[in-house]
Amino acid sequence: MSKENIITIDNKQFTFEPGETILEVAQKNNIFIPTLCHLKGATPTGACRVCVVEVKGARDIVPSCSTPASPGMLVRSESPAVIKARKNIIQLMLASGHHNCAIRDFEPDDWTSFHLKVLKDDNYNELCPVWGDCRLQDLAYRYQVTTKALPLSAPNYPMETVNPFIIRDFSRCILCGRCVQACREIQVNNAIDFGYRGAKAKIVAGTDVLLKDSDCVFCGECVQVCPVGALVPKETFQNKRRFEKTEKVRTTCSYCGVGCQIDLTVQNNKIVQINGAEAEPNHGSLCVKGRYGYDFVASKDRLTTPLIRKDGNLEEATWDEALNLVATKFADIKAKHGADTMGVLTSARVTNEDNYIAQKFTRAVLQTNNIDHCARL
Amino acid sequence: MTNTIADIETADVILVTGSNTTENHPVLSAFIKRATLKDKTLIVVDPRKIKLTEHAQKWLRPQLGTDIAWINGLMHVIIKEDLHDKEFINNRTEGFDQVLEIIKKYTPTYVEDITGIPANDIIETARLFAKADKASICYCMGITQHTCGTDNVKSLANLSMLCGHLGKAGGGVNPLRGQNNVQGACDMGGLPNVFTAYQKVDDPSAIKKYETVWGVTGLSNKPGLPVTEMIHKAEQGNFKSLYIIGENPLVSDPDLNHAEKAFKNLEFLVVQDIFLTETAQIADVVLPSFCFAEKDGTFSNTERRVQRVRKAVEAPGFAREDWEITCEIATRMGTPMHYGSPSEIFEEIRKVTPSYAGINWNRIENGGIHWPCPTVDHPGTPILHTAQFTRGKGLFHAIEHQPPAELPDAEYPFMLTTGRILYHYHTGSMTMKSEGLNSLSPECFVEISPNDAAKLDINNGEMVDVFSRRGKIKAKLAISSKAVDGTIFIPFHFAKAAANRLTNAKLDPVAKIPEFKVCAITIQKAA
Ligand code: SF4
Ligand code: SF4
Ligand code: SF4
Repeated sequence: MSKENIITIDNKQFTFEPGETILEVAQKNNIFIPTLCHLKGATPTGACRVCVVEVKGARDIVPSCSTPASPGMLVRSESPAVIKARKNIIQLMLASGHHNCAIRDFEPDDWTSFHLKVLKDDNYNELCPVWGDCRLQDLAYRYQVTTKALPLSAPNYPMETVNPFIIRDFSRCILCGRCVQACREIQVNNAIDFGYRGAKAKIVAGTDVLLKDSDCVFCGECVQVCPVGALVPKETFQNKRRFEKTEKVRTTCSYCGVGCQIDLTVQNNKIVQINGAEAEPNHGSLCVKGRYGYDFVASKDRLTTPLIRKDGNLEEATWDEALNLVATKFADIKAKHGADTMGVLTSARVTNEDNYIAQKFTRAVLQTNNIDHCARL
Repeated sequence: MTNTIADIETADVILVTGSNTTENHPVLSAFIKRATLKDKTLIVVDPRKIKLTEHAQKWLRPQLGTDIAWINGLMHVIIKEDLHDKEFINNRTEGFDQVLEIIKKYTPTYVEDITGIPANDIIETARLFAKADKASICYCMGITQHTCGTDNVKSLANLSMLCGHLGKAGGGVNPLRGQNNVQGACDMGGLPNVFTAYQKVDDPSAIKKYETVWGVTGLSNKPGLPVTEMIHKAEQGNFKSLYIIGENPLVSDPDLNHAEKAFKNLEFLVVQDIFLTETAQIADVVLPSFCFAEKDGTFSNTERRVQRVRKAVEAPGFAREDWEITCEIATRMGTPMHYGSPSEIFEEIRKVTPSYAGINWNRIENGGIHWPCPTVDHPGTPILHTAQFTRGKGLFHAIEHQPPAELPDAEYPFMLTTGRILYHYHTGSMTMKSEGLNSLSPECFVEISPNDAAKLDINNGEMVDVFSRRGKIKAKLAISSKAVDGTIFIPFHFAKAAANRLTNAKLDPVAKIPEFKVCAITIQKAA
C-alpha cells in the first residue's frame, strides 16, 4: 500500500484503498458516523446529510458517504459544527409527520392531542409500530433533539394498507430514498421511485398507484431497509405482543434452491417475522415466499397425529398402532412379492439427514434400490 | 451449479434459458439483473416473454422443444467464424470432431426454419457469447423437462466448452435447482442408481463400503426404478407398496389421471407429511412429521453449499421428525436404526460420502461450505472443473435435433407449456396456507396471447375448458403480453385445475424426466 493513502480521523491515522469514502474508512475502523439514507451496495446519494463530518480546509462540512478519502485528509467526526448540523437535520425530520414515539418532547396538552390523532390515523392502539427499532428515534435520543418549538405538520398522504404484506405510512417517511435504491439497485424490480416535488414529495409506485397494482413483487427489500416506520410489515401491526420476549433463529429458507439465509423472529413458539440474513448467498435479500410465506408452519391444518385407514376412512391412531402396521405390512409384502415391488419416494423438501436415512432404510432394510424423489418433476 | 450464485454477477455475458428466474429463483434473478445495471450482457432464450426479457439485450424465442437446434446453430456460427477456444478444446476436451461433423448442417437459416429464431439473431448471439471473456449459462426445467432433456443439457455443455467458458470464475453451466433441497436429495442417494455422492449401486467396492459402515449384508446391486417407472408398474398391478416422504405426486406428476389410478392400485401406501395432501388423502397410513422450522439439519442449495437448518419452534401435536419415523419403522422390521440427533446422522454421512467428508456442523455454524470438500482443512469448492473435469477430459456430444413427442395438429392446435409462478410453490401445500399469497394469486389461469384469444373470441377472465389427449381442466383465461401466439402457459400448482391432467408422461430415455414442457391442447369456452 502506498504511503500517501493515510487519512486522519479524530486524531487517529488510518490507511485506505483508493476510491473508499470517508464513511467506509470510518466504518471499517469502528468509528461511529450516523447514517440514514446510506445503503450498502447502492450508489451513495448524500440525500439525508446526517453523515456529515468536518474536513480541515474544506469550506463547509461534507457528507462522508459520498466524499472520497484523500491522502493527508484531516477529519473530525463529531465536532461542535457537525453536531449542530446533525441536530438540525434530525429535528426537521422529527417535526414533520407522525413521529409519536414520545421522543419529540411536547407540552403535555399538545402531546395528548397529537398522539390521539395519530392513533386514529394509524388505527392502532400503541406508540409508533416500530418504536424501539427506528434509526431516527435512536439518533434523536443520541443527540438529545427536541422539537418543542416547531409546529405540528399534517400528513400529506393517507396510509396505504390494501395489500397483504406491506403498510406504507407516508406520514412517517423521511424521504431518505433507501427503499427506492433497494428496489432499483439491489432487487432491480423498478417498482418505486421519487415522485412530485418539494413539500409534496412522495415515494410513488409506478404512476402513483397502489403497490399491488404496480410492478411490485412484494420481496420486502424496501421494508427491511426503511430506517423508520414508513414501511412496516403488516404482521407488525397485527402482533399484539410487540414488547414481549422474542428470540432470533438463523436458518435456511425452505422454498427454492437458492437457499437464502433467514432470521426467524420467534415469540411464544410462533414465527412472527422473517428477515433476510446479512450472509451468503443472499446478503439480506429475500423473495415474497421466503419473507412472508410462513403461515403454513402454524397452520391449524397441520397433521398432528398418525392416521390409519379403517373401513375406507382415515382415522386417528397412536404411533404404536401406525408404526407396527407399517412395519408388518412392509415385511409381509417383501416376503410375498419381493423387495423390488416396493419403493420409497424421498423428498427434495426434507433435510440431508432425513434423505440419508430414507435411502439407508430402502437399501438396508427393504433391500431394494427403488428410491427416488421428485427432482425430475 | 458449476459456479456460485455470486459468481454470475461477474460474468460478461449471461445466457439464461428455460428458466423463468424472476419467479422461480427470485433472489438469484437479482444477481442477473444487477449485472445488467453494470453493462453486462444478458441473453434470454425462452418461449415466453418472461419478465427477465425486459432486462435482456437479446431475447430469442424458440418454438417449444427446439433447443438442440438453436444451440447447434450457435456452435455452427462460432466455428465458422473461428471464434472457438482451440486451446481449451485441445487441452481439456475430447470428441470435438464428431461435433464438428454434426453441426455442419445447422446453418442459421436451417435453424431459423426449425426454431423460428431469425437467422441474424443466431449469428449475433453466437458472436456475443463467443467473444465474451467470461460467459455464464443458467438453465432450469425449461431445458430438462423434455423427452430430449438430457441431450439439451449436453448441448449446453458443448456450447460452453467450445468457447472455453467452463472451469473459471464468471463462466460455467449452471442448472438452477427448483426445490430447496433437490441438490441434497440427490447428493444423499435419493436416486435409484446411486448411493450418496453418486457412487454407483452396482459398484462392488461401494457396496462393500456401505455394508461395512451399516453393518449389514446383501445390499442389492440392481439399480432401482425411477418414480415414473414405479408408477407405470403400479398401474399394471406389478408394484405393491410405496412409502412417500414429503412429496405430493398427485399434483406434481404428469398425466395425473393415470397416476391416480396407479396409486390406487397399490396394496399399501404410506404418506409422511406435514399436511393431508392430495396424495395423503388416498394413503393407507398417514404419518405426521416436522416442517423445516421445527428441525435441526442441513440443506444443500443449488450452488452445492451445505447450510444449516435450525429448530425455531416446537412441532404441533404428536408429529415426529422424518428421520426418527423412518428409523422406528426400520427397527420394528428387525433392523435397528438409532441416532441421538441429526448431527450424529451427519457424522455417518461424512464416513460414506467423499464430497461431504470435510464438512461438519461446527464448520458450517456461521456459513455454508460448497462440496466437494474432502477433508476438514479443505475450504470447499465454489467453482467446479477448474483444473480438470470429473472424468478427466470434458466430453463433447454430437447431438441431433429431435422434435417433441407430441406436436399440435388440427384437433389439438395449441402447444402447452407448464411451470411455476412467483406466489406459489410446487403443489401449493405450503404457500396456499398463506392468506396473503393466496390473495395475490388465488387460482389457476390459462395464459394466452391477445391474438389467440381474439381468434377464439374469448375474453380475459372468462372460464375455459382445456383439453389434451389425456384429460381436461377448467380455469380462467388470462390474456398476457408474456404469451406468444400458439403457445399456452398454465401453472401446475393448483390441484383443483391441475395442469398435469393434461401433460404428457413420455420420458427422456436417460434422465426419465417427463415432457412437462410441451404437449398439444385445445381450448374452448367453458360449457
Ligand atoms: S417490496 Fe420489493 S418490489 Fe415491492 S416496492 Fe419494495 S423493494 Fe420494490
Ligand atoms: S419509505 Fe422509508 S426508506 Fe423509503 S424514503 Fe421513506 S423513510 Fe426512506
Ligand atoms: S427467499 Fe425466495 S429466493 Fe430465497 S431461497 Fe427462499 S424462495 Fe428462494
